[in-house]
Amino acid sequence: MAIPQVDVTRKTPTGRGIIDCDVHNELDSDRDLYPYLSRRWRDHIDAYGIRYYTGSFYPRFMDHRADAWPPSGRRAGSEVAFARDHFLNRYDIACAILNPLTPVGRQPNLELDAALATAVNDWQIAEWLDVEPRLRASMVIPYEDPPRAVEEIKRRGADKRFVQVLFLGRPHEPMGRRKYWPIYEACSTYGLHVASHAFFSAGNPITGAGHASYYIEDHIGPPQAMQANITSMVAEGVFEHFPTLNVVSVENGFGWVPALMWRLDGSWKLLRGEVPHLKRPPSEHIREHLYLSTQPMEEPPRSKPRYFEQLLEHYGYTDRLMFASDYPHWDGDSPEHAVPAYLSDEVKRRIFFENARALYRFT
Amino acid sequence: MIDCDLHNEVPSVQALFPYLPTHWIEHIENTRFKGPIDTYYPPSAPVTARPDCRLPDGRPAGSSLERLRAHVLDPLGIEYGILNCTYAIDSLHNPDQAVALAQAVNDWQVAEWLEAEPRLRASLVVPVQIPALAAQEIDRMGDHPGFVQVLLPARAEHPYGSRLYHPLWEAIARHDLVAGIHFGGAPGNPPTATGWPSFYFEEYAGMAQVFASQVASLVVEGVFELYPTLRVALIESGFTWLPTHMWRCDKEWHNLRRLVPWVKRPPSEYMRAHIRLTIQPLDAPPDVRQLLEVVEQLGSDEMLMYASDYPHQHEADPRERFLRHLPETVTRKIESENARAFYNWEKSMRGGEIRVGTRGGGT
Repeated sequence: MAIPQVDVTRKTPTGRGIIDCDVHNELDSDRDLYPYLSRRWRDHIDAYGIRYYTGSFYPRFMDHRADAWPPSGRRAGSEVAFARDHFLNRYDIACAILNPLTPVGRQPNLELDAALATAVNDWQIAEWLDVEPRLRASMVIPYEDPPRAVEEIKRRGADKRFVQVLFLGRPHEPMGRRKYWPIYEACSTYGLHVASHAFFSAGNPITGAGHASYYIEDHIGPPQAMQANITSMVAEGVFEHFPTLNVVSVENGFGWVPALMWRLDGSWKLLRGEVPHLKRPPSEHIREHLYLSTQPMEEPPRSKPRYFEQLLEHYGYTDRLMFASDYPHWDGDSPEHAVPAYLSDEVKRRIFFENARALYRFT
Repeated sequence: MIDCDLHNEVPSVQALFPYLPTHWIEHIENTRFKGPIDTYYPPSAPVTARPDCRLPDGRPAGSSLERLRAHVLDPLGIEYGILNCTYAIDSLHNPDQAVALAQAVNDWQVAEWLEAEPRLRASLVVPVQIPALAAQEIDRMGDHPGFVQVLLPARAEHPYGSRLYHPLWEAIARHDLVAGIHFGGAPGNPPTATGWPSFYFEEYAGMAQVFASQVASLVVEGVFELYPTLRVALIESGFTWLPTHMWRCDKEWHNLRRLVPWVKRPPSEYMRAHIRLTIQPLDAPPDVRQLLEVVEQLGSDEMLMYASDYPHQHEADPRERFLRHLPETVTRKIESENARAFYNWEKSMRGGEIRVGTRGGGT
């Protein structure tokens, strides 16, 4: 939904600026990466293109916000100068975290995936982070090839402007699987969080019941995939092994968290014999290690605002929710309207600023 | 009381021989095929049987009608109980074999359960993976007064709203049966949107997400518009995940309904009108007040139906943790009235003579 025009002098909900946990820096075309790719891979892309796990694409409902397209004619989200004026300045964004949704993570050719990851990160540094000091970024990694992903983390991990590594929402295996553990080990070493951003597919149908038909189902689906991922990370003992690791769930909603915690705790009581390494109720790991961005929120019927308060109470804590706009995507949230007006100033301050500040250790 | 989820286990594939054509008896004997035992209930896991339901002679729990009477029907004063046989017909890729075994299971259910116990009703087991063949089996047996439902495993090759299943839905509507989507399924594709998890614990807990995908599919594909009399029961699904899923689906519909213009009303309205859920497992929060809030958030006191899920075991007894905290009028609805209004309990024979026990008949 388009962010409405607002008076730029208006105070932000927090009074201290906003930390936005999901802003997208986009490629106008794959050729934007050519300066950062070797000849070998430029030739490869020229000849064969960038291929994906074919057959799992759901064309989006609409392209990016109409007002977010730069006058140059390049793609919305592809010019830092325009995003700065159009979004960061207008909404007093103190800091925005870039989540580049690129071909990385979706290449059957894992060597190409790794080359693209390196190129995307170099592009992020040169064209975004070096240009605009309010930006931080997710490091893209070829997570389906963990040894190469670890190489990339080592290459760029010391650059503190990378605050986390990025997984797309539906990797080839649930995120707790042992295959991915070298990545979590490297993240722990470098103090990086692990972000999981909604959507896409790495070769599986997008539901646990096969291929859905419509984009609306793709768009309803991220909570189900994220639940599978966080369940897997808890069940495999990731948080027991990497106690400092945090997961940031981006664009997956959060209304599903209480029911998931109840179901997991009940299931664990019944079936803990199968997962003897899991010493504590799953909900405790989720409480400690899972952070969630707000957009898009599960909103109760307008006539029942108290259901939202109940949801927050069932969730049991408000120090893990973080504002995200999803700029410049069509379904983004405006800072003006992202959370219900009746929430207390204290809760709003946490959601718009304090929770992300604490997680990312911004001063 | 009406119990909407009782399990009758096929004790062994040999028990079906009186109902199988000779071709398939020979095939099973030659191949030593044990039958479709890709079960969602590992034989000795805590979920599969309450300790007092295990049979001393090695037959699976739930395979004894005498035990079922003694454990559930008599002590709880059950007026009607619905048998859900979870024999994994859906795991069979050979369509002729799937048809033969589905027919045998249904004939076995008639001869050894329905004709032996007037309080019982049953779900038709069908080769759901080939909807046209499933429809044939529904046409063969759907008018038998004992069958009130068609059993659809939650996991499937495709979400059930898909047009591939129209022959199945037409047959269900033609015979005025309920579609019972039940925990489990063995279609071969992964049970999550992100591949195969390691543990049964994850599949068990994660089934709620598969149900969520199925519900979304049925609504957005317009199944309830096409078949306005259709009723769908979610069995062993849990229900505490549904309110926020309703909110999410309603929100997506507001944004994306132009993609699915046949969906005329908010998804939650279809869900309340056409979908019912059994209350075991409960997946309840520790605080009963929060559980009652979730029930209120469903927006209808007609959606929940009592089920013991005999002989399976879950974390909580819904009578203790839930029903006794409700007003008497609501308890009565959940224990009997909602199911009474939903199912056809006293069907008259419509389709003429029912053919049962066709040993030696066609394949």
